[in-house]
Amino acid sequence: MEHQGLNLMDQALGFHSNVTQQPWPLCGRFVLVEDCVDTSGAFVLHHILKHSFTSRPSSAVIFLAFAHPINHYDRVLRKLGCNLSSQRDNGRFFFLDMLMLQCPVEGKPKHDGLATVFEKIERAISELHPENKKFVTVVIDDISCLEVAANGSSNDVLDFLHYCYTLTSENGYALVALNHQDIYSDGERPAFMLEIEYLADILVKVDPLATGLAKDVHGQVMVLNKETQKQQGISSIKVQNFHFKIKENNIEYFYAGTRT
Amino acid sequence: MAESVCRSLRDGVLEGELAPALTIKDSLSSPFGFNVFSHILVQLSSHIVAGKSQSRGMVIVSLSRSPSSYTGLLKMNGVDVESSKKWIHILDCYTDPLGWKDKTRKSGDIMDPSNQILSSYKTVKDVNKLFSVICDLGRGLVGENKSRFCVAIDSLSELLRHSSMQSVASLLSNLRSHDQISSIFGLLHSDLHEERALAAVEYTSSIVASVDPFHHSVDGQGSYIRNSSEPNLTKGKLNIRSKRRNGRVRVTCEEFKVGPSGISFAPVSAVDGAAVAGLIPKVQFNLQLSEKELVDRSRVVLPFEHQGNGKPIQIYDGRRSLEESNNETTPISGGKKEESGRGEIIYFRDSDDEMPDSDEDPDDDLDI
Repeated sequence: MEHQGLNLMDQALGFHSNVTQQPWPLCGRFVLVEDCVDTSGAFVLHHILKHSFTSRPSSAVIFLAFAHPINHYDRVLRKLGCNLSSQRDNGRFFFLDMLMLQCPVEGKPKHDGLATVFEKIERAISELHPENKKFVTVVIDDISCLEVAANGSSNDVLDFLHYCYTLTSENGYALVALNHQDIYSDGERPAFMLEIEYLADILVKVDPLATGLAKDVHGQVMVLNKETQKQQGISSIKVQNFHFKIKENNIEYFYAGTRT
Repeated sequence: MAESVCRSLRDGVLEGELAPALTIKDSLSSPFGFNVFSHILVQLSSHIVAGKSQSRGMVIVSLSRSPSSYTGLLKMNGVDVESSKKWIHILDCYTDPLGWKDKTRKSGDIMDPSNQILSSYKTVKDVNKLFSVICDLGRGLVGENKSRFCVAIDSLSELLRHSSMQSVASLLSNLRSHDQISSIFGLLHSDLHEERALAAVEYTSSIVASVDPFHHSVDGQGSYIRNSSEPNLTKGKLNIRSKRRNGRVRVTCEEFKVGPSGISFAPVSAVDGAAVAGLIPKVQFNLQLSEKELVDRSRVVLPFEHQGNGKPIQIYDGRRSLEESNNETTPISGGKKEESGRGEIIYFRDSDDEMPDSDEDPDDDLDI
């Protein structure tokens, strides 16, 4: 199922469309994954990560890790049948370890914390092999940790995301980011999350099952795909809802009510 | 009406008045604000190219879309961007709004001279400077004389994020009162800002076009309709509130539909009217009478009218004297039981003065 590229998540993200002719379907798009404490959405990142390596011979991933060290991703991806270390040796996987990143406190003369991070991304892209520059995916895991690194300044984070977003429109790169929705859900700053949602072309919301915990269903996903014409704006919004079950080596996606 | 909005932006400013300003509001539940924005942009620029509008040029402040997308948009709609007569200038606040990319490239502030219609702006937080840059660019397009230009700002929300509400409001009102600007329009995401910031922007604009979802979302504002019955969301409503100089406010509503070829507007369909009519309960009879029915009704002889022809009227009014009541078939004088098997009510009148029972139907014993 996974290999046919025809599971529900692939369809929702647009991977099913003519694999060889089209460029990478996420080219020039920003995929925002929103999860919550009860249900982690990291599997969507892994899914896209794996897909970008397996479906294209010449693609590269720049991974900004604020949440986990590389070993974590290496183990997870190996289970999914994808070797990150070898991809790194091939120059197709750039891992930027941001775990210890702490931006200087505001008010200091050189306050350019996230600007230097963006600089690192640009440098990593410039170091890529020209052949691999066609389908670059920038992955950010995750935005709330990024915000912590930026001393809680959501404005800086939005600036940073804006700069990453310019990469998608200028060079046709893909941007994938994970965010935790329940941190921002109540009162104080809902605008921060909405602002990112405005930026996003594809919004993947991962929630626990609405009807309560279940053994065979680990959660529900809503994929909201804004069909954008870069010139005209949004031409339609497609919404898909389905359930998922995380297994050891893969993830099953299915419509509600089709599993007993 | 989108048409009337375009017209009033095209006609521009009356001498001694503030320039007309349009704010387009949208929200995440109907994020088609940019489609409306680009529609108006294309309409207005084709008017400018044709020389039919008051303004002779246009300055686009691009904060949320890349400048190339605007040139692409105009070209796609058949508007000549690189005409011999320069009429458009895009101020690029999108590619590098804070000058981060500058640091790596060390390219400095030098503009690409080959690109005539594009200049970049790297200090978005400085709104006062932005105002003077916009005015300089506009003057560069139309010259120092009396001719005017219009200004398009593609994200007032970005501006509001980068600087305070006061400075954005003052930027807008400065632009409106500038004597070379014929009209301005901008896009605002209404759910990102406080109520007062929205109100401040709406006060400084003469027309507010708000993009609303076609169906009112059940689960409140700020989120997409989760289990929406239709998986494809392409429609919405455009509510336009325009203020006249004399203070009159006109509110109109229009439907729109977006598609691959752009946005199309239509008057609010009659579906709404039918739905309202459907709410009135269906009745089996007419509440009004037709002409013929009225005539027929006037001819009907009522029961108490046809009784008096020759014979004595036999309406018992409850006050007859005893000798008359003796003639009646059922005597009401008591004590005389003819058939004990038959049930019968025996009634003694106490006196002639007694009034009939109030709860008894006065017509009960009508003898017709």
